[in-house]
Amino acid sequence: MSDRIKKVGRNISQNEGLIFEQSAPGKRGVELPPLDVPAVEARAALGAEYVREGVAGFPEVSEIEVVRHFTRLSTWNYAIDLGMYPLGSCTMKYNPRVNEFVARLDGIATEHPYQPQEVSQGCLKIQRMLLDCLMEITGMDTGTLEPAAGAQGELTGLLLIRAYLEDTQGRPRKKVLIPDSAHGTNPATAVIAGYEVENVPSDARGQIDISRLKEIVSDDVAAMMVTNPSTLGVFEQNIAQAAEVLHSHGALLYMDGANMNALAGVARPGDFGVDVMHLNLHKTFSTPHGGGGPGAGPVMVKKILEPYLPIPVLIEKNGRPAFDNHRPKSVGRMRAFGGNFGVLVRALAYTLAYGPGIRQATEDAVLNANYIRKKLEDVYDLPYKSPSMHEVVFSDARQKKNGVNTMDIAKRLIDYGFHPYTTAFPLIVAGALMIEPTESESKQECDLFIGAMRSIAEEAASNPELVKTAPHSTRVSRLDDVTAARKPVLRWKPKSFSETPG
Amino acid sequence: MYPSDYRYTKEHEWIKVSGDTGTIGITDYAQHELGDVVFVELPAIGAKITAGQLFGTIESVKAVSEIYAPVSGEVLETNIALSSTPEIVNADPHSAAWLIKIKLANPAEASALMDAAAYQAFIAEKEASA
Amino acid sequence: MRYLPKSPAERREMLAAIGAKSIDSLFDSIPGQFRLKAPLNLPGPMSEYEIIEYFRTRAAENSCGYTSFLGAGVYNHLRSVVTDSLIQRGEFLTSYTPYQAEISQGTLQAIFEFQTLMCEITGMEVANASMWDGSTATTEAVLMAARLTGRHRIIVARSLHPEYRQVLDTYTRNLGFHIQEVGFAPSGQIDAARLDEAIDKQTAAVVVQSPNFFGILEQIPHLAKLAHDKGALLVVAITEAVSLGAVHPPAGADIVAMEAQSFGLPPSYGGPYAGVIATREKFVRQMPGRLAGETLDTLGRRGYVLTLSTREQHIRREKATSNICTNQALCALAVTIHLCLLGKEGVKELAAQNIAKSRFALAELEKIPGVRRAFSGPFFNEFVVELPRSVKMVNADLLREKIIGPLPLGSFYADLTKRALFCVTETTTRGEIERLAAAIRQILSKPV
Repeated sequence: MSDRIKKVGRNISQNEGLIFEQSAPGKRGVELPPLDVPAVEARAALGAEYVREGVAGFPEVSEIEVVRHFTRLSTWNYAIDLGMYPLGSCTMKYNPRVNEFVARLDGIATEHPYQPQEVSQGCLKIQRMLLDCLMEITGMDTGTLEPAAGAQGELTGLLLIRAYLEDTQGRPRKKVLIPDSAHGTNPATAVIAGYEVENVPSDARGQIDISRLKEIVSDDVAAMMVTNPSTLGVFEQNIAQAAEVLHSHGALLYMDGANMNALAGVARPGDFGVDVMHLNLHKTFSTPHGGGGPGAGPVMVKKILEPYLPIPVLIEKNGRPAFDNHRPKSVGRMRAFGGNFGVLVRALAYTLAYGPGIRQATEDAVLNANYIRKKLEDVYDLPYKSPSMHEVVFSDARQKKNGVNTMDIAKRLIDYGFHPYTTAFPLIVAGALMIEPTESESKQECDLFIGAMRSIAEEAASNPELVKTAPHSTRVSRLDDVTAARKPVLRWKPKSFSETPG
Repeated sequence: MYPSDYRYTKEHEWIKVSGDTGTIGITDYAQHELGDVVFVELPAIGAKITAGQLFGTIESVKAVSEIYAPVSGEVLETNIALSSTPEIVNADPHSAAWLIKIKLANPAEASALMDAAAYQAFIAEKEASA
Repeated sequence: MRYLPKSPAERREMLAAIGAKSIDSLFDSIPGQFRLKAPLNLPGPMSEYEIIEYFRTRAAENSCGYTSFLGAGVYNHLRSVVTDSLIQRGEFLTSYTPYQAEISQGTLQAIFEFQTLMCEITGMEVANASMWDGSTATTEAVLMAARLTGRHRIIVARSLHPEYRQVLDTYTRNLGFHIQEVGFAPSGQIDAARLDEAIDKQTAAVVVQSPNFFGILEQIPHLAKLAHDKGALLVVAITEAVSLGAVHPPAGADIVAMEAQSFGLPPSYGGPYAGVIATREKFVRQMPGRLAGETLDTLGRRGYVLTLSTREQHIRREKATSNICTNQALCALAVTIHLCLLGKEGVKELAAQNIAKSRFALAELEKIPGVRRAFSGPFFNEFVVELPRSVKMVNADLLREKIIGPLPLGSFYADLTKRALFCVTETTTRGEIERLAAAIRQILSKPV
């Protein structure tokens, strides 16, 4: 192992097959309490046509085998708990352990969404307090905690805009404007909300082009979806003018709050003209990503959109918080049972830990990104020179000359003990390296990362093959995703099963 | 490389005309740009396609490309080999990996497209500017 | 602040390296009038101890110490310490979506195992890596059926969960869909004759739930035939996944949309849960959501990757099959671990206990004068009874006995007042059932 690789050593990694391959008849991992009522024969109780004879492919394994199996699998993952996870636009910050503890309390995890509101006051107060905190942080007037994730938050926001336009102008309008730097969910969501998408090119600085916007905007435009700071990690200087242009044409401004970690405690979207926005609680508000979810995507709105909020709406009734389902102008229900309450609990625990000090987290996140930018800008190409906020976007232009691209550098970073940054996004930067350190990284960890990136830049010049074939230290090397897509194998089958043709 | 009896589009499709039947595929340049092809989606037999309009998609692992009709017509046959072996698009784009055969709405339409020399000049210019 | 790993000196050092005068100067790109001049008005900061105290106080205002007979889409089942401690391993809890396969094999293999378990339990050929929940999975299944058939008429059973129907309505309202509801027969099953009349050549999908909202099992093979005869697809929603330990999987269904909360996830006042879409192999390219697939690395070793991702929003953007991005990975992992522990015998025994206990409870309730079963069809662990009085009033009295009573169906169905939906699982003890029956007997014996 090269002495340039400072963060990791060599570890033993256990081999482990699929759980199904350890199954043997008669083993079990759980025992139920004895039945305290008379047993009933399933066939007799349900009728012969409804009964099944067991679930053929389920494994039979003991508790210790299950514990070892999943513990071994876990060791094959990288995680925030192991080190910096600089994925741009993902805000991989520390997930405080106390959040996990409180979400599991009896009286929190155990509550049923249909239990009477008089025995749910604790749950309702938690949601009230979180909503109040989010209103204060975003400068918006009210909101909904229901959406299950950012993408559902986006859809909720666009449906609110649609309902508002139909109600006040008699028609929902046709188009949603989306900058070319936007995340892929924005256009996907607009289509589900029943809108056509019009892409808006960014200006030379990667910012909203106001003169272009003025040309495009018309009575057919319902809204513009803007990410601020943009996916380049740059504050949209013209955001307030964009809002004015849209408002003067009767359209609204939607803000994708994916990058709220750059603004919390420093500036509020409600103050710069945003009408509706979503937040990703699994980004800015520290709830764990869990390998891809669960998240939550609250939507915050200005007063004009309040009548259309999805049901149930959190209101006050006789001085106590309550849910209201009777909202004639509501867009409807986005998700059954009110939302990902367990995620909301964690987000509130995070917010309470900081209080007004949340500004310090934002400052540290921006400090880390700018420090990394400064220390790498002489070796990696910086296509947009505008000041960075919480993330910085380089390109692979210099390394490309030696045939090394952003994905190769990212894979080599794994050998140095780091998770890769976001590759090839935003689309307006060819060969992007999008780096978001978050506030959770110490100076030492940032320095290790900088050292690794500089060392890889040298390798890309002196030994490009080493970088192009990375990673070299993982359990598996680069996987054949072409065959995976051509001949998909999406489930395990018993041996005799898979050998049968068809 | 590029058969001289084919005609070509700026979207990198080729068409081979014989009588009132046209065979359509994508060019070697296009398959190279796409990388490893993993899936090809084609129209149903009997579908009408219109010159310049979408008629299918070709997917690589991380990209989807749309295929545009060089000319108008009705789909007579689709290449069923592509569903089990999409990799032939990479291996043999100008022959084995034809996509569809159509009955031409207007057999003269194809002659307005580029010939092999013009297409090769077109991609050479594209390469130079990239 | 305990979550921030920098000393004041280190911050100064880093600022100096950047060449910035102050932290504030790093925010110069934000126009001055938008920069906050005063600290936000937020509660806190709180120590760990205070945070725990705050949430313990809130928890005490909820239903601790109450016995509940609620189901209706969210179920109380046994959960294991093993599952909960394994999903709290940092490598699972604090990792991102496994796009970087080489350092995400743990998550990827677990997803592959989840997909396998979901195929086995639903009897389908392929299953995705999870959706947000059962209600959004059902909606996505309908959108998928419309893409597959090119049709936009949807027929929905009134016995599909009312909130699932509301979500479906919210999503499809602006997309040119036409939704028609079909009622239920005295058995509590969908009115098959009405359904047959309703399906036509424009019907994309028939959507039913089994066990349905009244706890009744539907005759899936027959419904599949009715749909398929007209070229429509059958979408089957499953809210009580534990039923599949005893109930035949929905044979003939084209798409199964399931809520897997019953497999080891706490009710948690509405979420997070884990939705699943399972379908036939030939429909896989129109299926939304992430998928893990098996492949080999450059040295021929087995490994897993996210695959068929051209269906998804980050590549296909406005042409994607769905806008879903973040899903419910950690919940799906909990379901996977829970099902491995339960295993072949455990799922069977669990289902058998639910069948036995719910029948015992129904028999106890039917002994009370004026209480009778409302539907005659076969049920799993939920059943509807008709009470001689308003369910809400009975529930108010039960609450004083620290019992959270059944769901009043009248709150979702104006024609089903005085009907109560009870749920009894393996977690309900015989003593609790007897206490419930005694309390209802007493309440009903009092003059109104």
